[in-house]
Order: sequence, then structure tokens, then C-alpha cells
Amino acid sequence: MSVRVLLPNAFQKHTNGAKEIQSSASNLPQLLDEIEVTFPDLKSHLRDETGNVRRFINFYVNEEDIRFLGNEKYAFQDGDEVLVIPSIAGGSWPDGPTRFAPNGHCSCCSYCGQEDCSCY
Amino acid sequence: MAISYELCCRECGKRYENAPLSICDECFSPLEVQVDLDAAKKTVTRESIAQGPTNMWRYQSLLPVPENYVPQTPAGWTPLVKAPRLAERIGAKNLYIKNDAVCMPTLSFKDRVVAVALANAQRFGFDTVGCSSTGNLANSVAAQAARLGLKTYILVPADLEAAKILNTQVYGANLIRINGNYDHVNRLSSQIADRYNWGFVNVNLRPYYAEGSKTVGFEIAEQLGWRLPDNVVVPMAGGSLITKIRKAFKELIALGLVEPKDVRFFGAQATGCSPIARAVKTGADHIEPQRPATIARSLAIGNPADGTYAAKAIRESGGWAEDVSDVEIVSGIQELAETEGIFTETAGGVTTAVTARLYAHGRIKPDELTVTCITGNGLKTTDVLAGAYETEAAIRPRLTDFENYINEIKELDELVSGGVDVR
Repeated sequence: MSVRVLLPNAFQKHTNGAKEIQSSASNLPQLLDEIEVTFPDLKSHLRDETGNVRRFINFYVNEEDIRFLGNEKYAFQDGDEVLVIPSIAGGSWPDGPTRFAPNGHCSCCSYCGQEDCSCY
Repeated sequence: MAISYELCCRECGKRYENAPLSICDECFSPLEVQVDLDAAKKTVTRESIAQGPTNMWRYQSLLPVPENYVPQTPAGWTPLVKAPRLAERIGAKNLYIKNDAVCMPTLSFKDRVVAVALANAQRFGFDTVGCSSTGNLANSVAAQAARLGLKTYILVPADLEAAKILNTQVYGANLIRINGNYDHVNRLSSQIADRYNWGFVNVNLRPYYAEGSKTVGFEIAEQLGWRLPDNVVVPMAGGSLITKIRKAFKELIALGLVEPKDVRFFGAQATGCSPIARAVKTGADHIEPQRPATIARSLAIGNPADGTYAAKAIRESGGWAEDVSDVEIVSGIQELAETEGIFTETAGGVTTAVTARLYAHGRIKPDELTVTCITGNGLKTTDVLAGAYETEAAIRPRLTDFENYINEIKELDELVSGGVDVR
């Protein structure tokens, strides 16, 4: 069984320019493992500090958001086309602190980069 | 001109030189423009703004466009009108409408974001631009690209309202109808933007595009006499507008142009596509994508790009989000037209109906200064009113016929007013 996986341009810096791979993974967790074995540089970018896939990375199977198909439980079919697209929409908020957001909040204020800022 | 600005990752904070880029290559999160407000502080004053043109470019110093940019499209500076008759109907006492149903050139707030996006498309040397759109953006990109002499490819869901399709084609744009919903169209656009050297206003130009929405906030503050309202009610599709109005208010405070104030933000969605409202209501820390099913097609984004940021902005501000049914959306359109003479599209019906509910539920108090944002024009979605009004039988051009007609109307009115209030 084989699925075709299309990677976005944003990944290419970490994949030596590869834009797609053929995978024999049977579901999303296996596919992620395989991608990380194939492109070890990508791993730290693909997952956050707690090991979860970053929330702005979306997966689609053929024309459907994988979340509508059962997400990690969906069993890939032979010939599926898996599309990885970053940043169309969010997943969950990060639990840990980020550089601009010591409290785990997102940055917003364009003055200082923090949502709850004291710029004024 | 903007004093200086650059791109910054909204999550990890990595900074980037200005480029047609919307995704961080380190953590794959969205990028945002940051304007150097320290520099702007030295030159931007209420007076310097007042000396600018009577359009959104009076705030050019706070927008990401090149230093020598000469604006080509006078978008924005739409009316902020007091809405006493609508207010009376919904239990408000201090209600204003920001009326982008009359934004130039294509009658929606998207004219603001496109003006900034295309300025950057030209700066980056694109001769072809495009977008994925639920309609209003398509109209605006088509019109403004025509004015700038840019080639245009526009992708829309195949079931879009006829008026929005015609209002794109008339400008000579290449319109591509996609069998799918907006989320399918948007995904395809991401792939196309990766492959073709085009400026997609809401993909690779998105950070610049989104900044145009700030001008709604700047104008509200200036038109209120340089003060901030207590509450703002904003329709949500991708969720960008509500976050950018908030950003605008924060920038004005940082620049010392308005007194600091904690404005509450309220989001409006259609129940048939309400991923952001749902997240706010349930307190969820993430957005669950939905398959849209609503007549408010301009808000029908099941997987909203700025959904988490919008939900967070609403919660942090102490606001709330509501969603209304298709029947309420049509009533909202009619209510706004009948009370204030403003004909809005379905998105405005959503915003009006949600505003009414927020008062009814006590989430907004009657005396609070509240601005409700109308973002599109009713002439583009007349199909939802099909069958709402009877075509009256024609009468002969005779005074007797007219008097008979008037008497009939009066009798009908008496019947209705003496009976049950049908609304």
C-alpha cells in the first residue's frame, strides 16, 4: 500500500528541497513517524516542546480535512493523496511559554508583540 | 508611508524581512506585520492624520506600504452613523453603525485589505494576483487589480451568489469556480501559491492584507472624536477583522492618540457555520472545523485561519460571541434596512441579529457606546430575499385607482396592527 504525501514549500528548508514523498504508512501517526525518520531536521519544527504536532499544521486526505475522517484513527487507503498545509487554521493553544508570550499567550500588540502588554 | 515595518511570527517571534511570505519556516505558524510605533510616535498626530486624504490612506503611516507609495484606490472612510431607530427596537440607547456596505470601490470592507495587499503585490513585482474568496474579496481584487493593470486569477466556491460572480467577471478577472466549499478553495489556493509566482492576497500576501482591516478601527476611533467605544460587534468569517480592529485600538493607545480603554469585542457568526462562536461559548482552547451550511456565504469558513486568535481576543476583552439562524439573518437584514435605511448583505444580517441578541441577553448594557460593524452590501445577496416581498398588481394611471389602492393598504395595515405582531 502506498500514499502520496505532498509537502508545503515552508517545509523544504528542512527536507533538502523535497516536495513530496511516497509513504507506506497506514495512518497519520505512522506517517508522522516516517516523515521524521526521512527528514530528521524537520522533527523539531514539526512538533512543539511537548512533542505535539504544531497546531497550525493541517492534514488533508484527498479533498477532506483528516479531522472529518477520524483524524488519527483514519486508515489510509491505497492511492490516497495526503496534503500537508500549514497555517490555514489553528488547532489548540500552546500550553507552554513562547518567546513573546511568557504566560503562554499569543502575541498581538504590534508595539511589543504581546497580547497582554503594558505598552501604554 | 509606514515609518518601518517587518514580518514577525505570531507564535515563536522569529522576524523576517518584508517578503511575500505568510508562514514561519521554523514553527509553521502565521506571520504578522509589526509597525515600528516608536518611530511613528514622532510624526503621527491627530493633526497629521486630519491633513491626510478622506479615505483609509490618511493612516498610511500605520500601514505596511513602501515609503514612496502613492495610493491608487480611495477605499475606506465610510460613515459611522448613530442608529437610534434600530437601537430603540433592540433595547439600546447608544448604538452606532460602521457602514462598510458603502466602502469604495466594491461595497465591502474587503476594499481596505485589498488596497494594502495590492500595494505590496506591486512592491514585490508580481504581475499576476489572485485570491480565494467567498465573494466580496473576489469583487475587490478584480476591481482594484483592473485599476492597477494586474492579471487576476480568482478562485471561488461554485455555489456563490450570482451577483458576486458577475461583480468579479465584469472587471475582466479570470474566475475559477471550484466544486467545493471555501475551505476547499482556500486549500487549493495555498497549493497554487506554492507553485506559481503569483501574489495571492490572502495567502502569501496575507500579513500585509490583514493590516488593511486596522483602518476600520482607526476610523471608528477618529469618527467618535478620538475616543474608543465600550463595545464593538464584528462579523467573523476567518476571524481576522475582529483581531485587527483590536490591534488598531491598541496602536492608537500606544501612540497616545486616544485614552486607554478596555474595549469589549463581540463576534457574530451564523449558526450554520460557527466554529469561532462555538469555541468562545464552550471555552474550548481550539477551533473544531465545521462543514458550513448557511445562507451567510461570505461568513461560511469552516476552518477559520484566525479563529483561535479571534476567540482569544474576544475572551480576553471580556466580550462574547453569538450565532444566529438563517431566518434571523434575513430578519436582521430587513430590520436594519427598515430602521436605518442601510441595506446589508447576509453577513450584516448576522451582525445585526447578533447585536440584538447581545442586548436581549444583557451582555451589552443599553447605555454603553456600542459600534456594530456592517461589512457588506445587500445588493450582492438579494437572492436570500427572493419571495420575501410580493410583486404588487399594477394599477391604471388614474387617481381613483390610486385612492382605491391606498384604502386597501390602510385596511390591511389596520388588520395587521390590530392583530398579532408577526415579527
